[in-house]
Amino acid sequence: MSERPIKILIAKPGLDGHDRGAKVLARGLRDEGFEVVYTGLRQTPEMIATAALQEDVDVVGLSILSGAHMTLLPKVTRLLRERGLDDVLVTAGGIIPDDDIPALEEAGIAAVFGPGTTIAEVAAYIRSHVRPPEG
Amino acid sequence: MSLAATRAEELADAAVAGDRRALARLLTAVENRTPTAEAALRRLYPNTGRAHLVGITGAPGAGKSTLVAALIAEVRAAGRAVAVVAVDPSSPITGGALLGDRVRMQAYASDDGVFIRSMASRGHAGGLAATSTSAATVLDAAGFDLVLLETVGTGQSEVEVAAAADTTVVLEAPEMGDEVQAIKAGLLEVADIVVVNKGDRPGAQRTAAQLRAMLTSTASPRVAAAYPADAAGAGGAPGEGHAGRPRPKQPEVLITTASTGEGVPALLVALDRHRAAGRAGLADAARLARAEAQVWAIVSERLRERFHGAASGQVTESTLRAVAEHRLDPYSAADRLLASITGEPAAG
Repeated sequence: MSERPIKILIAKPGLDGHDRGAKVLARGLRDEGFEVVYTGLRQTPEMIATAALQEDVDVVGLSILSGAHMTLLPKVTRLLRERGLDDVLVTAGGIIPDDDIPALEEAGIAAVFGPGTTIAEVAAYIRSHVRPPEG
Repeated sequence: MSLAATRAEELADAAVAGDRRALARLLTAVENRTPTAEAALRRLYPNTGRAHLVGITGAPGAGKSTLVAALIAEVRAAGRAVAVVAVDPSSPITGGALLGDRVRMQAYASDDGVFIRSMASRGHAGGLAATSTSAATVLDAAGFDLVLLETVGTGQSEVEVAAAADTTVVLEAPEMGDEVQAIKAGLLEVADIVVVNKGDRPGAQRTAAQLRAMLTSTASPRVAAAYPADAAGAGGAPGEGHAGRPRPKQPEVLITTASTGEGVPALLVALDRHRAAGRAGLADAARLARAEAQVWAIVSERLRERFHGAASGQVTESTLRAVAEHRLDPYSAADRLLASITGEPAAG
């Protein structure tokens, strides 16, 4: 068996209740042939890090609309690093001002996808930046 | 020692020692059927067989994930470690999958006694993934007392989980069908415990009563005769026994409301009771069935590899082509292929 789909966690940290975007993305990435773990609304950074570890995902995609990204996203990347998941690709999407992006990249967010990004663009980015599979 | 064997030893030992990252990576290797996974499973297998493997199956939307979440709470309250393998279907078109079972189980993020793993079915049709049993073996080796195997949403005939689990729980929702549904062959026949979930809905009591009436009526002499004694599975000659077939059962019918936890303590008691009965010898047939399913799956995979290998690949291809073109019947083709690897002349 050489078929090894890329596994992605789509999570929504924070307290806003808008998960339509995350669901559309999860569905779209499924159609791109990824295995997508969807964990639902109102996830704490701890929940996200635990899910990423137990599921051994290659990618963590964080959707955030609440404005708390400067607090929550660096906390997620720090917890992932603490648990030895430093080779996991972490991306973010939602409403994130351009001015905040450099600081988020500094904190370990590999890419920030703003409104208008297509699923195909996200999929292409993931395929070219994900860690190689283990033998 | 090969690289895979070294890596396997490293991962397996770390996973058994409680390293959750190593456990997760090993499960990925198992899902991908890598040489590392095979070497690790060889190493771990002698130390498994201790966990209680419980299959949870039923129609999509019956409440399997919610019930699993409620069971986790109950098992944790008793201080026992629990792992979950939750399977969702892969797309037959793209190979992608949406694994959504964790949504209801996220409350246990900081509890080291809970480990949840989602798996895509990856084209396997029986309700589980082809590697779900091996994943359960790894979790068993890692010391989880209870391993819950949640199937994809099933229809009437995905009974594979019964061979993979020590105890099979079939979930029904109220008003899902009349008494005729309860006496159809298939999923309900392999249930050790039938749970009518959404017990707060109208009709739950009536559904449970109908299921009780239909499922606990005595099986016909013909069904009973197929299973003369518990020992038959262990000692019977191959071909005569029914090791690959589940035994007829007289399932307990319970009512739960998984979303509130109502009835879940009674379910855990029933699970423990079934396990205790299994320890006393009744589950021998189930364990033998599981062994048979696992070993035959590997034998068939190995045979396929040999048929497509360097030595016989060409013979295999031309034989398959002959069948496709109706120049050869499939039985003669199978005889010819078997003869090509054993060196014996083809039968018939």
